[in-house]
Amino acid sequence: MSVLVDKNTLLVVQGITGREGSFHAQQMLDYGTKVVAGVTPGKGGTEHLKVPVFNTVAEAVEATKANVSVIFVPPPFAADAILEAMDAGLPLVICITEGVPTLDMVRVAAALKNSRTRLIGPNCPGIISPGKCKIGIMPGSIHKQGHVGVVSRSGTLTYEAVDQLTHLGIGQSTCIGIGGDPIIGTSFLDAIKMFNEDRDTHAIVLIGEIGGNAEEVAAEYIKKHVRKPVVGFIAGQTAPPGRRMGHAGAIISGGQGTAAEKYKAMRAAGIYTVQSPAEIGHTMAAVLGKSKSKTNPAVKKKAGAAKPKKAAKKKK
Amino acid sequence: MKIHEYQAKGILAKFGVPVPRGEVVFKKDEARAVAQRLGTSVVVVKAQIHAGGRGKAGGVKLAKSSDDASTLAEQILGMKLVTPQTGEEGRIVRRLLIEEGLDIKRELYLGILVDRALGLPIFMASAAGGMEIEEVAKDHPEAILREAIDPATGFQPYQARKLAFGLGLTPEQVGAAVPFFQALYRAFLETDASMIEINPCVVTGGGKLVALDAKVTFDDNALYRHPEFKDLRDLEEETPLEVEASKFKLNYIKLDGDIACMVNGAGLAMATMDIIKLSGGSPANFLDVGGGASEEQVKNAFRILLSDPNVRAVFVNIFGGILRCDVLASGVVGAARELKFKVPVVVRMEGTNVQQGKEILRNSGFNFAVAEGMKDGAEKAVKLAGDAR
Repeated sequence: MSVLVDKNTLLVVQGITGREGSFHAQQMLDYGTKVVAGVTPGKGGTEHLKVPVFNTVAEAVEATKANVSVIFVPPPFAADAILEAMDAGLPLVICITEGVPTLDMVRVAAALKNSRTRLIGPNCPGIISPGKCKIGIMPGSIHKQGHVGVVSRSGTLTYEAVDQLTHLGIGQSTCIGIGGDPIIGTSFLDAIKMFNEDRDTHAIVLIGEIGGNAEEVAAEYIKKHVRKPVVGFIAGQTAPPGRRMGHAGAIISGGQGTAAEKYKAMRAAGIYTVQSPAEIGHTMAAVLGKSKSKTNPAVKKKAGAAKPKKAAKKKK
Repeated sequence: MKIHEYQAKGILAKFGVPVPRGEVVFKKDEARAVAQRLGTSVVVVKAQIHAGGRGKAGGVKLAKSSDDASTLAEQILGMKLVTPQTGEEGRIVRRLLIEEGLDIKRELYLGILVDRALGLPIFMASAAGGMEIEEVAKDHPEAILREAIDPATGFQPYQARKLAFGLGLTPEQVGAAVPFFQALYRAFLETDASMIEINPCVVTGGGKLVALDAKVTFDDNALYRHPEFKDLRDLEEETPLEVEASKFKLNYIKLDGDIACMVNGAGLAMATMDIIKLSGGSPANFLDVGGGASEEQVKNAFRILLSDPNVRAVFVNIFGGILRCDVLASGVVGAARELKFKVPVVVRMEGTNVQQGKEILRNSGFNFAVAEGMKDGAEKAVKLAGDAR
C-alpha cells in the first residue's frame, strides 16, 4: 500500500505539449507511471509522446478513465486548470506550477472545499510512491520502495532527505511535496493523517520551513494521535525576519513562523528533531533500529482503529 | 513588491479611501511651495523609505510654517534613518511626503491580508492604532477584531459594520467607516495586494476617518497583470546586488556572513545556510539558482556572489534533478575561467549525471574542493573561509 497514488493511478497531464509538461510526461512514462492522457486546448485528437491529447479534461476523463491529474501550465492559467480538473470530478489534482497569484489560490481553495477533489501544491515537486507511480518532477532514481512516508514543503531538500534514506537502505512508502506557497491544497496535517492511517507506512519524515504555522498544527495532531515515529527538520533556522526566502510562503513576519517556534512544537509532540539537514537519514535509521520492538506492533494496533495509550516518550 | 507611503495613498485614494492632502517632494526647495499650497496651520514632513518605525527614528516632523517645512525638509532629505526594520545600515531618505496636519481624536488600526491557515483574506481592526500591531497581537490578541472574507460573496457591509461598531465608533462615524473599509478591501482585491495596513487610521475632530499612514505590498506572483505598477518600484530602496540578481531571475538575498552559497531550490538553499552556521561559519547570502538553470545562469550567479566583498569562500550545493550536475559543473568551470576568481570554491553535487559533473571539475585545471555530502561541504567551506581570513 501507499498513499494517494499507486499502480492503479491513471494520469492525465494538463499542459502535456508544453516544454515542462512534455519533458516530465516522458520522465513519468519512463518511470512506469500510467500516463493515459494529455490535455492542451486546441490540440485535441492528436498524440504526444504516444499519449492521446484532448481539448478538455472532461473529455480526457471520459475517454481514458483517468483518475489523477498533474498540471504543468504557466501561472496565469493554473487556477483555471485546477478548477477544470475539479469540475471533471477528479479526486486528486497535483499542481506543479510555481508563481500562482495568492488571490487566485484563495478562490480555488474556496471552491475545493465544496468538492471531492484533493489538490496537492501548487509550487510543489509532486508525489511519488516508489516502484509504483511517480507524478511530478522529482528524480525517480533516488527513491526506493519501502515504509517511510516523507512530507515536505520543499523540492530539492526532499530529494536530499530521500537520498539519505535510500543510501541507508531505508525505502519510502510515499513522498509528498506539499508546496512552498502560502495557500496550498494539502497541508502537513492532511499528509500526516494519511500516513498515520496507511498500514504500509511505519515512520514519517516531516520537512518544514519557516513561515506560517502548518508545522505546529501538524505537531499538535502528532502529539495526540500518531504513534509512528516522526523525524522532523525545519529549514531556515538562519533566515532573517521579513524576507521571503525563495518560496512565497517562507517568510517570518511579525515574529511569527520562526524555525525556533516550530522546533519547540515538534519537540513537545515527541518528534525526533534534527538541527542538521545532513542528519535526517541517520536519525531515521537510529529511530527505526531502536523502535523495531516497541513501535511497530503499536502501529499495527493503531491502524486497527483502537487508540492505544501513549508509549514511552520519544523525545530526543 | 513594496511601495512608498505616498504611492500607496495615491492608489488607495483612487478606490475612494480618504487620505490626507499631500504631495511628494524630492528636493528641499519644493517643500516650501507644497506647504504653502496645502495652506494648513500645521504640515507634516514624512520621510519616505520602505521601512516602518520612521517616526521614532526622527523621520516624521511637524512644521508650523512653510519656512519650518523647508528647514525640516533640508534636515530629513539625505538623512540616514535607522529603524528596527532597516537594520544597522539604515536607509538614506530621498523622498518626502508633505501632508496637511489633521486634528486627531482617535487612532485606529486597519489591516487586510490573506490568512494562511484559513486560506481566506481577513480584515483586521483594532482600537489600538499607532502601535506595533505585532505587539498588540502578542499581549492583547482580544484587542484585534477579525473578519474572514468569503471570496464568493466578498466583504459584506455587515462585516464592515461589525468591525466599526466593535471599534467603538459613533453611529455617524460608522456611516463613514463602512464605505471606507469596503473601498480598502476593493483596493486589496483589485491590486492583488498581499497586505494593506492603515496604521493609524485616524478619527478627526470633525468626526471624519482618514488613512494617516498607508502600507501596501503587492503579491509578486500577480505583478504580471498589473503592468501599471512597474514604475512604482524604487530600486534605491533595494540592495544593489539583489536588484542585479533579479535581472537574471536569480533569487538572491544578501546576508552578512562570509561564505557565499549557491544552491538549487529554496528549501535546500535555506538548509545550506543552516548547515554552514551549524558548522561554525556564517552564510553570506541565500541564493536559489532555480530548477532549470543553464551554464549561463550559473555564471551570472557566481558573478553576483563574488561581487560581495565579504565573501571568503563559496559553497555550491546542488541536488541535481532537472538541473543536471554536468551542466552545473560546466557553469562553475566557465565562471572560474571568465571571472578569474581567487576565492576557494567547494562543490557538492548529487543526483542526475553526478559522475560526469565530477569529471568536468577534475579535468578543469582548477583546484575545486569536491565534497561528499552537505556536512562535508559545509565544513570544508568553513575551514577555507577561516584560512582566507
